[in-house]
Amino acid sequence: MRTLETPLKCLSEEGVLTVFLEGDIDHHTAQSVRARIDTKMFIKRPSELILDLSGVHFMDSSGLGLILGRFTKATELGIAFKVANPNEQIRKILDLAGTERLIKIETNREVY
Amino acid sequence: MERQEICNEMRLCFPSYSANEGFARACAAAFCAQSNPTFDELSDIKCAVSEAVTNAIVHGYRSTVGDVYMTMRMTEDRVVRIEIRDKGCGIEDVQKALQPLYTTDPANERSGMGFTVIENFMDSMRVVSTPGKGTKVIMTKKLTVIPRIRG
Ligand SMILES: Nc1ncnc2c1ncn2[C@@H]1O[C@H](COP(=O)(O)OP(=O)(O)OP(=O)(O)O)[C@@H](O)[C@H]1O
Ligand SMILES: [Mg+2]
Repeated sequence: MRTLETPLKCLSEEGVLTVFLEGDIDHHTAQSVRARIDTKMFIKRPSELILDLSGVHFMDSSGLGLILGRFTKATELGIAFKVANPNEQIRKILDLAGTERLIKIETNREVY
Repeated sequence: MERQEICNEMRLCFPSYSANEGFARACAAAFCAQSNPTFDELSDIKCAVSEAVTNAIVHGYRSTVGDVYMTMRMTEDRVVRIEIRDKGCGIEDVQKALQPLYTTDPANERSGMGFTVIENFMDSMRVVSTPGKGTKVIMTKKLTVIPRIRG
């Protein structure tokens, strides 16, 4: 289980900040994850933020809220935003909410 | 109508701590695992349980702590029935609450998609709520029959 102490896995390259999320994203874990993503985003001020979900095994609507919330924050700051590598279950939730109308979703199979 | 025989049942009660969202999912998965569901069915059930339990915690009890009740039942024809109940604030207008994107808590980045997820991931969902008394969500899903090789 992710806790507050768990550092966020990040990669910052040429203005692109990729955050690798891991474990389960639900209401319990979302609060601290979202705070840590925002802190990174404010400090780094990248031109693009990518949330890589390849390490996320479970996500519910709290995760959807987290993704939409980061999209809104990033957009306010003029930061491009993308979601990468959702698993099938996560993809179903993203599709149900019509997320792709707002957010670019990239599936980059090499990462697996 | 013929009543399907029940092959297993369980009852669970836990306080509305957010850490119990994962606990409830794990219990639901363990209960269903006995019936050999597919990976996708298990994912759907875990997600639906997570939605209803989270709703009981964040909306039903809000900043207070109360008991969340979860009962599960599996019938011989592989229909799993899950009931999640709280004795929290209840819902004034259930029809409205069921609408996609409807949320009373946008400040906490809620997307209003919980009930929609349950409706889509399960075969049926029923919400019974009384303001001031609490909320009950009943959902069912029929598991596919997969031939099992026994050793
Ligand atoms: N157990 C409950 N007790 C009281 N109110 C509830 C309960 N469950 C749901 N509600 C009400 O129904 C609304 C819709 O619930 P739903 O799960 O669809 O969305 P949400 O919880 O607001 O957002 P999300 O699930 O996407 O994080 C909630 O905003 C809340 O007002
Ligand atoms: Mg909800």
